[in-house]
Amino acid sequence: MTQAAPVTKKKPVSKTTPKPMQNLEITDHQATVGKCFADNAKMTMRNVNVFYDDKQAIHDVSIDIAKNEVIAMIGPSGCGKSTFLRSLNRMNDTVDICRVEGQICMDGEDLYSPKLDVVELRARVGMVFQKPNPFPKSIYENVAYGPKIHGLADSRVDLDEIVENSLRKASLWEEVKERLHQPGTGLSGGQQQRLCIARAIAVSPEVILMDEPCSALDPIATARIEELIEELSQNFTIAIVTHSMQQAARVSHRTAYFHLGRLIEVNPTEQVFTMPEHQLTEAYITGRFG
Amino acid sequence: MSKMSFENHIMKQFDEELEEVRTRLMEMGGKVEQQLQNAVRAVTEADSALAELVIKEEKYVDEMEVDIDEACILIIARRQPAASDLRLVMMVTKAVNDLERIGDEAKKIANHAVILAGESTSSQGYTEVRHMGKSVISMLNNALDAFARFDVEAAMRTIEEDKQIDLEYKTALRELATYMMEDPRSITRVMNILWVVRSLERIGDHAKNLCEQIVFVVKGKDIRHQK
Repeated sequence: MTQAAPVTKKKPVSKTTPKPMQNLEITDHQATVGKCFADNAKMTMRNVNVFYDDKQAIHDVSIDIAKNEVIAMIGPSGCGKSTFLRSLNRMNDTVDICRVEGQICMDGEDLYSPKLDVVELRARVGMVFQKPNPFPKSIYENVAYGPKIHGLADSRVDLDEIVENSLRKASLWEEVKERLHQPGTGLSGGQQQRLCIARAIAVSPEVILMDEPCSALDPIATARIEELIEELSQNFTIAIVTHSMQQAARVSHRTAYFHLGRLIEVNPTEQVFTMPEHQLTEAYITGRFG
Repeated sequence: MSKMSFENHIMKQFDEELEEVRTRLMEMGGKVEQQLQNAVRAVTEADSALAELVIKEEKYVDEMEVDIDEACILIIARRQPAASDLRLVMMVTKAVNDLERIGDEAKKIANHAVILAGESTSSQGYTEVRHMGKSVISMLNNALDAFARFDVEAAMRTIEEDKQIDLEYKTALRELATYMMEDPRSITRVMNILWVVRSLERIGDHAKNLCEQIVFVVKGKDIRHQK
């Protein structure tokens, strides 16, 4: 880490005199309340600002993501949670007008360093999107593609093993093992999403970013993905952006609440959903935002 | 004092549902309070008709408990409340339980009132019941008031009142023991008084529970079982 970690707790907003609900505007120097920092940080973000042209989408966000943690990012539409997530593996590089300031490190290594190989980075920090987007290839090829281009398999046998393991970890193996060479697009929505997760974990990432991975799925498929997230967290660090507060409550260890581009509160999930520290978080999770 | 608001949900229906359980809990509190007042009066004025009324009306308290609990379950199922909403709903399900138990104790007091009224004309022990009854009724009243206004400070003050009631209970026990020693023929009668006093002490405990729940709703802090 290139920068000394700040104290683990910023000044909390006094709990005894919460601001009245009518006064919810945010100041320029809004401090994040709660526990933003972790002792065993996998990723450390400090004073991150993201701009689209001259419009600032993320204001001064500092947060750690701990190893093997599932962190949920919630907030109203347009609050910047997806933008922030996408800046974690430089997906924003593909947007010409997007500019990222501040420091984003993984294991102490600056991810925005010019020396860094972005293709390799995206293998280390995998991503799963809102809509399942399998390649128009066979199920097998969908999973095998990543390991192939990254040279992770020496032989066909190795590759077969990686494909099977990834599909197993994504709890899809039993459903597809008889039809590995049929097109991935022929699977159901939930299966396709698990295929995308299998594809992401095939290259042995360290971190998996999920951008609303269940919003296009039915409740059963959602439940399977959520169960999968729980299992995956034993081997991977996961950051998930979700519109479903119940989902955040179910799957995550910590929850981060974004509002108008600012990180308002980060706290253990059980606290956020029973006793949030900040009035804005409270207003959002109790459904009082209009 | 923290201002609690259970309004301004995007779903207006949710506001109404929360308001509804709150109002119904207050109604139940009012009913229980009335039951307690009547039960204590039935003892101290040897009014067995009033005692019978308390016994008869206990079923309304039970019905209210079931109704409010059902409404809370519906809210949890439909709205998945979180944060202060969740704390309120959980508090209400616990509070109806305490109120129902207060109703039970009031009924027990009324049962003893019937026996006492039919026994003799002696007024021995009435002072203790009147004295403790007054404290307990006032405590319950304060607890319900604190709930109506979500007033943490009032709730904390009311919790303190329970200590006074425990003290009065001990004093009453000593005095009742003296009566029994002085005149063994009064034992049956004084035993009835003793049960009444015991019920009053229990009601103090339930009122204390209510206050602890108020602190939980407003502050999110669980202050139960702290010395």
